[in-house]
Amino acid sequence: MSAAEIRRERPQGTATVMEVCGGQTHTILRWGLDQRLPAGMALIHGPGCPVCVTPLPVLEAAMALAQCPEVILCSYGDMLRVPLPVPADPQQRSIDLLSLRAAGADVRLITQPQQALQIALQEPQRQVVLLAVGFETTAPATALVAIQRRALQLRNLHLLVAHVRVVPAMARLLSSPESRLDALLAPGHVCSVIGLAEMEALAHTCERPVVGAGLSHSHPERALQLSGRMLERGDHGLRNAYREVVQEQGNPRARALLAEVLEPIDLAWRGLGLIEAGGLALKGAYVEADVRWGLDRGDTAAALAPLKRQGQALTRAPAKEEPEICRAAAVLQGHCLPSDCPAFGSSCRPEHPLGAPMVSEEGACAAWMQYRGGG
Amino acid sequence: MNDPSGEERIRLGHGGGGTLMRALIDAEFRHLYAEPSQILHDATVLSASEGALAFSVDSSVVQPLQFPGGDIGSLAVIGTANDLAMAGARPQHLSLAVILEEGLSLALLRQIVASIAQACERCGVSVETGDTKVVERGKGDGLFLSTSGLGVIATPEPIHPRCIEAGDVILLSGDLGRHGLAILASRHGLELQPPLCSDLQPLWPAVQALLDQGIRLHCLRDLTRGGLAMVLQELADAGSWRFEIKEAAVPISEAVANSCRILGLDPWHLACEGRFVAIVPAAQAAEALAVLEARGGRMIGVVAAGEQPGGGPGAGTVIVRTALNTTRRQHPPSGELLPRIC
Repeated sequence: MSAAEIRRERPQGTATVMEVCGGQTHTILRWGLDQRLPAGMALIHGPGCPVCVTPLPVLEAAMALAQCPEVILCSYGDMLRVPLPVPADPQQRSIDLLSLRAAGADVRLITQPQQALQIALQEPQRQVVLLAVGFETTAPATALVAIQRRALQLRNLHLLVAHVRVVPAMARLLSSPESRLDALLAPGHVCSVIGLAEMEALAHTCERPVVGAGLSHSHPERALQLSGRMLERGDHGLRNAYREVVQEQGNPRARALLAEVLEPIDLAWRGLGLIEAGGLALKGAYVEADVRWGLDRGDTAAALAPLKRQGQALTRAPAKEEPEICRAAAVLQGHCLPSDCPAFGSSCRPEHPLGAPMVSEEGACAAWMQYRGGG
Repeated sequence: MNDPSGEERIRLGHGGGGTLMRALIDAEFRHLYAEPSQILHDATVLSASEGALAFSVDSSVVQPLQFPGGDIGSLAVIGTANDLAMAGARPQHLSLAVILEEGLSLALLRQIVASIAQACERCGVSVETGDTKVVERGKGDGLFLSTSGLGVIATPEPIHPRCIEAGDVILLSGDLGRHGLAILASRHGLELQPPLCSDLQPLWPAVQALLDQGIRLHCLRDLTRGGLAMVLQELADAGSWRFEIKEAAVPISEAVANSCRILGLDPWHLACEGRFVAIVPAAQAAEALAVLEARGGRMIGVVAAGEQPGGGPGAGTVIVRTALNTTRRQHPPSGELLPRIC
């Protein structure tokens, strides 16, 4: 639906704005900014929670690898609690990496990818797998590890890369036929890495206001007011409401790392489906760091089967990503609010999440649960 | 006791009940005891005091064993003493069970025992009975401690969640998050700027100061795991109360706020080891605040009037009014605190 059609269709004086970044969702709900929106504005949450959109085949492969005795699987905190539905389980149970750790798998919580490199140096007889997830904010650090791995010839360190690119996802959200979005708040920390050019092109192509915003409570609020004024005037284009951090050119060093090591690929995001150029994969000489190349033997080969089946590009989303009742996919795409889901706060709670958005603090369901309560 | 590097270490034989164990206890633990001859007996005999006693048990399994502002030894002693203080009891007697892992450095053990001795002195407690076990390498995390404490109740009125009344005010004794962040930083190798020390400290002096002022303490609760969010929810649930909290009144240092922003953590969820919530009658709010303000405390909210208890357990609500004059419901954390990704 075009911007003009949306403006024609919506009730007089209402506009829907989506904050893409999960950190902003958290800030907005914690500070109750949704109670102080400009008149006529409604807010809907977006897919900007890296662990929520990590493709299931990647998670499946990570779990299978973690169960190989020679493997040490390293990843970030939230990723360790993302549920993977047990196939064909009548009770619709799920497992996560922490439950595998409790059962004896060597799963390590890291806060920066360099720690995986250190572990690989300290434990040369083990195979260390870094499950590298996140937007363009965390991808440069992964790229740096790939470069150091190559320099050190560290053959027992492998990367399972599931980094995602935010602009292609924003383009999908704005251009999909069901889209009712009038404006987007762009994730400021991603802009601080990649710069503003791609966001600007998106805002013009899709003819919507796109406003870059940070994470402190004053930032989303400032950006919401700015988008409200733009909508009133019928303006579109990019505005930067996070000038203290975001430069026009982004971070040149981080961009150089990304360009050196990673390249865009088509990727099926969990909940959103295939997004053209929506992911990043190792390229050129760095491909040998990819776990699918380096760990092709014995138990680990079987562990990687889910990825192999999907092919290098991971372009096909599995048929069933969440239990029947869970509306995570609709929440991630901004089609509904967490409280619209029948499982929210009852069968789906932070202690036993059904969908990934209930896991991470950046997930919209977890933020609603924490600040609005369920049931 | 030496290993090839010359480092003295705990061996399995130290738990075997023979002369090696006896030598370890004599050399390392004996000096902790109020009456060292008690070590030779199976049980300690205490004189019965008049009035009521408070009794509490705690197990300490912290990693790393030493952290900025404390270690497992001071944490065990002060933590147990603080639990007694929250019942309005002056901490007096302590039991100390140690489970040592084969291979633990004796130098490290000595540092921790020295810290136990110092913490006992700070809390005014003495070790009366103890136990020592050694487990095989890999079966323990270096050192586990289990402590029980006995204290004498110092107030005629009970201090208990059931004593909370509508209209009471809620005070917090100090700022949030220091212990939780200090532990998280040392566990995950995070370099916080500036570095943070645990808030570990005995709480009895503050409780005594409140009692000395004649404050009728309806309820006390120290903030440990789960932080302020968990404590408020538990106390609200106890009587199906509605707590109204002013966010701007909750003290959080800039260092903690900044680190939490970077790590994606909520200071309301972080553990403290030297902070407590006090719920007192509104009529005594000013006096109670005067005592706690001198220690960095603030009045953070009220128990809403007009709502009758009896909605059943789990039915309490904690409503937070933000600095922007919006409101939210504050829920406790669900499990392990994990730093976010970006």
